[in-house]
Amino acid sequence: MSLLIKGASILGRTTADVYVEGGVVREVSTSSTTGPRSTTGPGSTTGPGSTPERVVDADGLVLLPGLVDLHTHLREPGREDAETVLTGSQAAAVGGFTAVLAMANTNPVTDTAEAAERVWELGREAGLVDVQPVGAVTKALAGEELAELGLMARSRARVRVFSDDGRCVGDARVMRRALEYVKAFGGVISQHSQDPALAGPSACCHEGPLSGELGLPGWPGVAEEVIVARDVMLARHTGSRVHVAHVSTAGSVEVIRWAKSAGINVTAEVTPHHLLLTTDLLAGYDPTYKVNPPLRPAEDVEALRQALADGTIDAVATDHAPHARHDKEHAFVDAAFGMLGLETALSVVSTVMVESGLLDWEGVARVMSTNPARIAGLEGHGAAIEPGAPANLTLVDPAASYVVDRADSVSLSRNNPWHERKLTGRVVHTFLRGRETFGG
Amino acid sequence: MTRHLLSIDDVTAEDIGRLFETAAEMHDVQRREVKKLPALRGRTVINLFFEDSTRTRSSFEIAGKWLSADVINLSAKGSSTSKGESLRDTVLTVTAMGIDGLVIRHSASGAPGQVAGWLSQEDRSIPVINAGDGMHEHPTQALLDAYTLTRRFGSLEGRHIAIVGDLTHSRVFRSNVKSLTKLGASVTVVAPPTLMPSGVGDWSKEAGFATSYDLDAVLPEADAVMMLRVQRERMSGGYFPSAREYTVGYGLTRSRLALLRPGSPILHPGPMNRGLEISPEAADAVDQSLILDQVSAGVAVRMAVLYHLLAGEEAGA
Repeated sequence: MSLLIKGASILGRTTADVYVEGGVVREVSTSSTTGPRSTTGPGSTTGPGSTPERVVDADGLVLLPGLVDLHTHLREPGREDAETVLTGSQAAAVGGFTAVLAMANTNPVTDTAEAAERVWELGREAGLVDVQPVGAVTKALAGEELAELGLMARSRARVRVFSDDGRCVGDARVMRRALEYVKAFGGVISQHSQDPALAGPSACCHEGPLSGELGLPGWPGVAEEVIVARDVMLARHTGSRVHVAHVSTAGSVEVIRWAKSAGINVTAEVTPHHLLLTTDLLAGYDPTYKVNPPLRPAEDVEALRQALADGTIDAVATDHAPHARHDKEHAFVDAAFGMLGLETALSVVSTVMVESGLLDWEGVARVMSTNPARIAGLEGHGAAIEPGAPANLTLVDPAASYVVDRADSVSLSRNNPWHERKLTGRVVHTFLRGRETFGG
Repeated sequence: MTRHLLSIDDVTAEDIGRLFETAAEMHDVQRREVKKLPALRGRTVINLFFEDSTRTRSSFEIAGKWLSADVINLSAKGSSTSKGESLRDTVLTVTAMGIDGLVIRHSASGAPGQVAGWLSQEDRSIPVINAGDGMHEHPTQALLDAYTLTRRFGSLEGRHIAIVGDLTHSRVFRSNVKSLTKLGASVTVVAPPTLMPSGVGDWSKEAGFATSYDLDAVLPEADAVMMLRVQRERMSGGYFPSAREYTVGYGLTRSRLALLRPGSPILHPGPMNRGLEISPEAADAVDQSLILDQVSAGVAVRMAVLYHLLAGEEAGA
C-alpha cells in the first residue's frame, strides 16, 4: 500500500510531502505544491510515478516519528477485565504510539521467556503497535532471586528492559547483580524507586502539610531520592546502565543531573501526570488521583518540566495503569494505584511543554520517540523521517483544543484523571509501518 | 447546618453554638428516669462500623435510641470487604434498605466523605455522620470535648488548650484543633518530633495553632490539657524508644500535675493507657479530670447531632 502525506510540517520545521510505500518512507519532498519529488538520499529509488493509494492532507499538521512508550500496563494476562493487549494497543494507537513497553507485573508475572513471548505474540496478533514486553528483574517480583533475564533476552521477544515496576528492587545486592548481569546482552534495569522502609505499601500521599492534614500515609520524596542516589552509584560501580522510571521529585532530578555530569550511564522518564497534576488534587480523597509515585507539589512539577526541557530527563512515559471501576471504589488508602495515560499523553506534553515554549516539536519527538526507542533498544522506531526509515509516523494537530471525556476512551477502564480537562494538541493519525492504525 | 457531619469544617461556630444548646437539653434528659424523646420516632439509623469500637458505637447507639430512632449496628470489618466488595457497593447495599441516617467509622481517612459523594451521585440524600475515619477526623469527639470544656469555662474565647500525644495518628487532634480554634481558643499541640504530623509547620501557621516539643514549658501556660492515647505498637515503628522514655518526656505524670494551674481540667478521649501517657493521679484527679464527663457529654452531643441532621428544619432547630 502506498501513502502520501501531503504538506505536513516535519517536526514543526519544514513543510514537506512524505511518500510511503511498502511500510517504508520512500521520499520526502519539500515542495508541497507539486507532486512528490525525490530530494534526498539513496533510499529514494522508487519514484512515485503512479498515484498513491491513499492521500492524507496534512496541511497545518505536525509530523512526528511514531511515539514510543517506555512504561505501559496492559494487564493481560490476569486482568483482562481492566485492559487487554488488544484494547491497550488501541489506546496506544489513538495516542499516537507505534511501540509500547508492556510492564511485567501481570498475573502471571512476565518473568520467563515463555511469558514474554506470549505477550509479544498477543501484541503481534493485535497488530496496532509493537508490543515489547518488559521482563521482571526478580522472580515473581519478589525482589529476591533474579528472574531468567538471559532467557528472556534470547527469546523471540528479545527482552532488553527489565523492571519489577510496582515494586522497587530494594535489596542493593540484588540490584547490583541485576545491573551486572544484563551487561552481557545490552539490557537495562528500569527501577521503580521507592525505598520500602521509607514509603511502605500503604504510603499514598506526598508527605507534606496536606498528608498531615488529610491523615493519609505519607510517601516522602526522599524515599525515591535515596534509591535513585543508590542506583546511580551502583551503575557507576558496575559500569552498567540504569533507567529511572517515573521520576517525581526535584531531589531526584538533582541526583540524575549530577550523575549524568559525572558520566554515569543513567536515563530517566517522567509521566504526563507528574508534569501537570499536583498533590492538592487529593484533598477530596478521590482515588482517581491515587498513583504511585504520588502527585507532588507544584515546585516538583516545575523542576520536572525544566529537567525534561534541558535533557536531564530523557523521556516521557505514560505509566498507563488501567483499573476496573470496582478496584478504585474503595477508601483512598485501599484503592488501586494508577491512572490512564496512553490516549492523552501527547496532548498533555503539548499543553504543558509546547504551549509554554519549553519544548518545540523536535523536542517532543526526542522525548516521546527518539530517546525512548534508544533506551529500549527498539529498532525501527524513533528514526528520523527520511527515505529508508520504517514509516512509523504520527500526525498531530497542534491547534486542536478539546475537553477530555473519560467515556470516549477505547481503554476498557475509566480511571482517567484528565476527565473534563481542556488540552491543546491532539493526535489525528497514527501509522505503523505505513498502515493507518488510527485516524481516517 | 450542613447535610452531613464529615469534618469540623462542615460546621460554623454558630452551628456549634446551636448544637451545644440542644446538647444541653439532651443532657438534662439523661438525668430523667424515662429518657426517651420521640424526636426520631420511625427513623432508622445504621451504625456502619468498619473498625472496632466500643465506646463510640455504644454512645451513638444510646443517642439514637433515646431519640426513639431504630438503631442497627453493622460491623463491616472483615465481612463484605474481605470478600472484595467495594466500599461503594457495601454502602449502596446498606442504604438501599431505606434508612434515614448513616453513622460511619472506618480505618481509612476520608472514607465517610467518599461515601457521602457516592450517595449524592445516586440521589440518595441521607445524612452521613463521621464517627472517626483513620487519621483524619472524629468530629463528634471534638464537639463533645468542646462542649465539656464550654460547660467548665462558660466560653472558650481566649482560653489556651494543650493537646499532647501521638498527633501523627490522631483524628481526635485533627478535629479538635479545628473546633477549638473556631470557638476562639488558642491551641498548642505537644509531641516528640516523630509524632508530629508531616508538614505541621506550614499547616499550623495556616490554621493558627502552635506546636511544641516541650511539655514542661507548655503546661504552666495552659488552661486545660487534653492527653491523647499513645499506642504501644508505635514503638516498633521507631516513633520513640521506650514507654518509659515517652512517659518521662510527654506523660502527664504525678509530678507534672504540679505544673498545671490549680484546677485546670484534664481531658482524655479514651481508652487510656494508665502509666504511659497519663498517671492514675491525673486520670482520677477530683474536680480536675473531666474524662467521665466527656463520656456522658458524648451521648448528649451525639443526640444533638442526630437531631439536627435527621430532624433538621422541621424540628425548628
